Amino acid sequence: MGKAVVKQQSPAAGRQSAVESRQRGEKKSPLELDRLIHERLRLGIISALAVNERLTFNDLKRLLQTTDGNLSVHARKLEEAQYIACDKSFDGRVPRTEFRLTAAGRRALEKYLAHMEAIIKAVRD
Amino acid sequence: MAEAPQPIHTHALENLRFIRDAMERASAFTAVPGRGGVLMGVSAIMAAVISGPPDDTIRWVLVWFGEAAVAVAIALVAMALKARRSGAPLSSAAPAYRFALAFVPPLVAGMILTPVFAMTGLVARLPACWLLLYGTAVATGGAFSVRVVPIMGLCFMALGAAAFFAPAAWGHWLMALGFGGLHIGFGILIARRYGG
Repeated sequence: MGKAVVKQQSPAAGRQSAVESRQRGEKKSPLELDRLIHERLRLGIISALAVNERLTFNDLKRLLQTTDGNLSVHARKLEEAQYIACDKSFDGRVPRTEFRLTAAGRRALEKYLAHMEAIIKAVRD
Repeated sequence: MAEAPQPIHTHALENLRFIRDAMERASAFTAVPGRGGVLMGVSAIMAAVISGPPDDTIRWVLVWFGEAAVAVAIALVAMALKARRSGAPLSSAAPAYRFALAFVPPLVAGMILTPVFAMTGLVARLPACWLLLYGTAVATGGAFSVRVVPIMGLCFMALGAAAFFAPAAWGHWLMALGFGGLHIGFGILIARRYGG
């Protein structure tokens, strides 16, 4: 049975390196785990936005059954890594925050999916 | 006793399942078709013009049965088109089953009550019954959707409740206001905010 080797980074280091490596145009190794989207709520945000052009803060909160504070913190981390983009507007007098997945975020999700599949394949082979 | 650590491939499988489930729930969440709702509204207004005020003839009931069939066809095609545009499969069993479980029972109740109302000379009260039960279906089915959907359901329920106390001759206009006006109004809102 094959062994899957996983390199892990701390979330903060992962966030920083995600932006830096993109700026340097570097490619991540297929087996390097993207800790930034490995966390469940952040993975949920990315997955939900992958099948919706855009979702509001309240939609995401309801869909992922989480709190305002929790969603804010995790959405900000994804935004800092440029995996999602945030648009703020007013619906009448009510502030409206909408999120959408960026090209970098979609690529990160695809890499993450490939990573999980590679682990399963390595164990099965 | 401490739990034995899980093998890494079990974690990977769990993560893939989590992503699939999140995508299924998210696509079902915004699956309600706005543009389809507008078309359903237009067809309901046309049906109201054709049917006229409720009377005790089978023709009146048949016009609205025909309209219901047209509306179901529009909804199914619109949902399929919207799902294809978003790249998410609509046929995923779990969310579709969850939605059906909440949406269908009030409609079945309506199907049972319709012949009862017709046989007891209460055709004039069918618009109220249908609006109320369709609203209930939308409100309960919409529990798994964006907030605007259960709100639309509550509007239908309020209109249905009011229709029980309105003059019988207003029946077709109340149907036009509900199945026409509410579908068009909320349909435009959903299409603008949730991608079609």
